[in-house]
Amino acid sequence: MSIGNMNLTLKVWRQKSTKDKGKMVDYKVANISPDMSFLEMFDVLNEDLITKGDEPIVFDHDCREGICGMCSMFINGRPHGPKDAVTTCQLHMRSFKDGDTIVVEPWRAKAFPVIKDLTVDRSAFDRVIAAGGFISVNTGNAQDANNLPIPKAQADAAFEAAACIGCGACVATCKNASAMLFVSAKISQLALLPQGQPERYKRVQNMVAQMDAEGFGNCTNTGACEAECPKGISLENIARMNRDYYSAKFISEEEG
Amino acid sequence: MGSIANAFSSSIGKKLIMGLTGLFLISFLVIHCFLNSFVFFDNTGVLFNEGAHFMATNWIIRAMEIVLMLGLMLHIVQGARLTFENQAARPEKYAYNNGNANSKWYSRSMGLLGTLLLIFLIVHLSQFWTVSRFTGIPTVDSAGHEDLYAVMKETFKNIWFVVLYVLSMISLAYHLLHGFASTFQTLGWNHKKYTPIIKAVGVWFSILIPLIFAAMPVWIYLGL
Repeated sequence: MSIGNMNLTLKVWRQKSTKDKGKMVDYKVANISPDMSFLEMFDVLNEDLITKGDEPIVFDHDCREGICGMCSMFINGRPHGPKDAVTTCQLHMRSFKDGDTIVVEPWRAKAFPVIKDLTVDRSAFDRVIAAGGFISVNTGNAQDANNLPIPKAQADAAFEAAACIGCGACVATCKNASAMLFVSAKISQLALLPQGQPERYKRVQNMVAQMDAEGFGNCTNTGACEAECPKGISLENIARMNRDYYSAKFISEEEG
Repeated sequence: MGSIANAFSSSIGKKLIMGLTGLFLISFLVIHCFLNSFVFFDNTGVLFNEGAHFMATNWIIRAMEIVLMLGLMLHIVQGARLTFENQAARPEKYAYNNGNANSKWYSRSMGLLGTLLLIFLIVHLSQFWTVSRFTGIPTVDSAGHEDLYAVMKETFKNIWFVVLYVLSMISLAYHLLHGFASTFQTLGWNHKKYTPIIKAVGVWFSILIPLIFAAMPVWIYLGL
């Protein structure tokens, strides 16, 4: 990797375990290339810490291609940093200036307890999905393609909702730590397709109930989630979830 | 079967209550603003007093007044509850949070703006509502109606009350600027064609109604 000329000050949240109180710690990094990703810059810092015999900073990452939803840093007061529609792994150091001070914190929410340093436990999302974010089908031979005709606009809207990678940036940035953008995307991707219809009203009731049980806050429509979502998930999904929820509770006969 | 009763205790149900009561309070603002704007057209106060007399004696209005008070209470109690719940959903705050990068300050400050409006309402109701409904207005105007206009003139001789009312209407404007359009999103009405219209109407409503209200104490203070 090319050696660059950026020198930065990092203020990073360090926390030994869920029970530990945690604190911000200052680090200096030198000779950073502007072509590095934000995570590669952290790799350089960690190599440095290991060489010195210090504990490296723990952070979540996996594909580093912006599609897995693992990276989760709250950078300078915004999830995934200053750029729109990118994840932390796709954020490059050229988005910062030489000499900058960068504040890096974990997602903060009651439902996302810190495991260590910048890594948080997002299994609350898994439990919301397990509560109904699926369709029940019998296994067997694959069906013929285009067996179920779906209008193009409908398919596009479902696909846009399905683009959610479940990173949790919406929860992280929401002043109420509300998970409604995530949950509504996971409900919409199925509610918009014929395959999602049989369990549609049961699904919305169960997933919302699980979301509430996990301790996420209540949505107040500030729109911060939509603005920060790396995949551009729209607030229209929350409105659709609300509609489905009212239908489910007020007129549907499907049990939650 | 889906149950309406347990719907209202969920996160979406609580939003629905805020939205519906908010919409109801918006409809009240329109009527209140319309009747009070009589002060601009008759500086003897006879027209205004006649409007006030109608509101005080019409039984439909009196019945709706009870519904209004209950709606207001529900909006306040539920709003306070949601504010505390939402704060509890993030026990550890960020050291640095750049909220202005992704949302408007007033959309994040509905609890604060609501609290300012509550303080205003306590002052406002004690100045006019309790007087006209309970303790009684001492004087009558030339048409023989209770002279609520005189109470208004007396109150707004004090510049500090004028200032309080104008500042409170600025709070109301920002509260509505988020609340108006937000209500429709909560009700599930988000549409490519209609949402921009709702938002535009919301902005005009949020400026116009508080502006007319704020003009009243200023108008009377200046003796126009």
